[in-house]
Amino acid sequence: MTRELLTGNGAAAWGARLANVDYVPAFPITPQTEIIETLAAWCDSGEMPGRLVTLESEHSMITAAGAAAATGVRVFTATSSQGLLYGMEMVYAVAGWRAPFVMVNVSRGLGTPTTLESDHTDVLAARDSGFLQIHCASCQEVLDTVLMAYRLAEDPRIRLPVIVNLDGFYLSFTREPVSLPEPDAVGQFLRPYDPQRTRFRASAPTSQGVAVLGGSPYSYFRYEAHLAALRAVEVYGEVAAELERVFGRRHDAIEAYRCDDAEIMFVMVGSFSTKAKAAVDGLRRAGRPVGLARIRLLRPFPVEELRRVVSGTRGLAVIDQNLSMGKGGVLHSEVASALYGEPDAPAILMSFIGGLGGRDISPEELYEIASETRKAVEDGKAPPPRLLYTQDELREIRKLQTIAEVERHELEEPDR
Amino acid sequence: MKTASRVLGTAFFESGFEVQDAPRYGAERRGAPTFAYVRASKAAIHERGIIRDPDLVIVGDDTLPAVPAAGVMQGVSARTLMLIHSRESAEVWKRRLNLAGPVMTLPTIGETAEEDGMPFLGCVSAGAAARLVGVVSREALLGAVRKEVAPFGQNAVRENERRALRAYHDMASHAGVVVEGREVSAEAYDAPDWIRVPFEDARMSAPAIYASATSVRVRTGAWRTMRPIVDADRCNRCWWICSTYCPDSAIAVTTEGRPEIDYDHCKGCMICVAICPSHAIEAIPEGGRRIKEPESA
Repeated sequence: MTRELLTGNGAAAWGARLANVDYVPAFPITPQTEIIETLAAWCDSGEMPGRLVTLESEHSMITAAGAAAATGVRVFTATSSQGLLYGMEMVYAVAGWRAPFVMVNVSRGLGTPTTLESDHTDVLAARDSGFLQIHCASCQEVLDTVLMAYRLAEDPRIRLPVIVNLDGFYLSFTREPVSLPEPDAVGQFLRPYDPQRTRFRASAPTSQGVAVLGGSPYSYFRYEAHLAALRAVEVYGEVAAELERVFGRRHDAIEAYRCDDAEIMFVMVGSFSTKAKAAVDGLRRAGRPVGLARIRLLRPFPVEELRRVVSGTRGLAVIDQNLSMGKGGVLHSEVASALYGEPDAPAILMSFIGGLGGRDISPEELYEIASETRKAVEDGKAPPPRLLYTQDELREIRKLQTIAEVERHELEEPDR
Repeated sequence: MKTASRVLGTAFFESGFEVQDAPRYGAERRGAPTFAYVRASKAAIHERGIIRDPDLVIVGDDTLPAVPAAGVMQGVSARTLMLIHSRESAEVWKRRLNLAGPVMTLPTIGETAEEDGMPFLGCVSAGAAARLVGVVSREALLGAVRKEVAPFGQNAVRENERRALRAYHDMASHAGVVVEGREVSAEAYDAPDWIRVPFEDARMSAPAIYASATSVRVRTGAWRTMRPIVDADRCNRCWWICSTYCPDSAIAVTTEGRPEIDYDHCKGCMICVAICPSHAIEAIPEGGRRIKEPESA
């Protein structure tokens, strides 16, 4: 096992290479493109035996991925943001086919306004699709999670596609030390894909992903996919234990960092959670019992594990790097629904929206979030949700609006 | 600068440090300001993203401090060492930027009067930084240069090694002046000046610009590396082909049917060069010359 500096994109590509994927349908989009460029270079040089094909859109790419997986080969693909949404019709469709493959999404905020930087509103649009969804917080996790995702997707109890999410810029273009496992060790963890009856032979036609008439059969097939996704909580535990046995690294469905005696916890997904780890360390040095519950497995949602991790805590500060317009943070709603009515659930559930479009979250802000949460615990009442936004940021917006305002007056009142 | 960050990151890593290095791009285009950053620590690194409180800032081009979008001064404090690639003195820069902290300059990257040395900016910067932080050995630096420059061939490796090493030696008397910063304390920190973002109606809060003024003011001609030149003798005054195909509307046609290129906004895409049926437009390199901002700008 060698340790070297890899970007998150490089780690995702290594995951696909070590998984010995057969087929990579590809379409470029910032900040994902480096993944398919890396795979294309390896396929070209013969270092990777699989076939990479560029498609004309993400819609076709996801169709090709699902169709290839339905013939019984191992498939990898990757996209981001607008690309994921462009392919969204097929994201839902291929999950219904029960076609197992792995798609990396490199999170990037959605337009409008257009941006290149990261938030999770893109990948959460696939939340209800039937894809399992795992969020990574480091480049090492990206590589390990791609391998884990194949175990989950191809497990006969599940047979659903999996999205592995990494944050644009903060992981995609950031190099960190990553342990590259030897192919032999990967072979112990991830065996060649056994598609069982998921095959396609010219001489033996099958119809997959058929249409139904009427709600009754529809309900059956949809609910079965849901049950398979729920089953993935248990299978995830087995796969995580197996990964730890082979590679010595453990990635739980929820990473509980210094949670044992915590009165307050940050609840987050993605790479910003390592910032919260640093804040937890700082708060602990100052004698404050604060922890971090970082949710890796978002679909299926590990309800029981969350209840166990937060049990005994007095306040949760949920930091959402996404925004469901007209409701608020998605993770906040997910956590609330998982804990509602539980006797040991924390009384205070705070909602913070931060990191939209790559907007940084400073250590001071994380300390202040902990401080506001502690105050809410003492008051017994949670204040309304808060967007992490400072006076200086609004001042910059006002400067831009001042320019726009002058122009608007020129347009609307030309004689003024 | 991406090369600089990769060389320095690899050199730290080879010296036994945990490392994070990353380039940061804005709009993906030539000529835009770009930067990269490196974090190194003996312990696992939990901080992420752009460095808020840098210990060392290296400025690769001394026109950047005047460009707001470049953000050169972002997070610079009295304890930040600024190293500027510039022919002007450190004193001039200290006064010009009103810097409280230490300033140093690397007078020139090029080794002769004709050579601007820009291809070596990355390795020269990394070589200087490696010595300033004091914990990276000569061997670790050279190993990192070899690793990161290898894809460009052996000649590039040799030349970059030599120049990185020269910068490393030039900084010998300042070895170790850059020291590790401290983390923000959870007991004494400046609370963020959060506000509740006010509701404003869509007339105010939709992301729209109602006039073209910004596009005119931004002189995108500075991005150009090749300049299209119209040969008036060859131009057959078809009046419409080059101007229609120009994606930036940077070619106007006079009443006599002659194309005139607006060099303030021509990005040098060379579509006009390719499309002109009478081959009347040729391309010449900009040759590193900077486009002067007009007095009225």
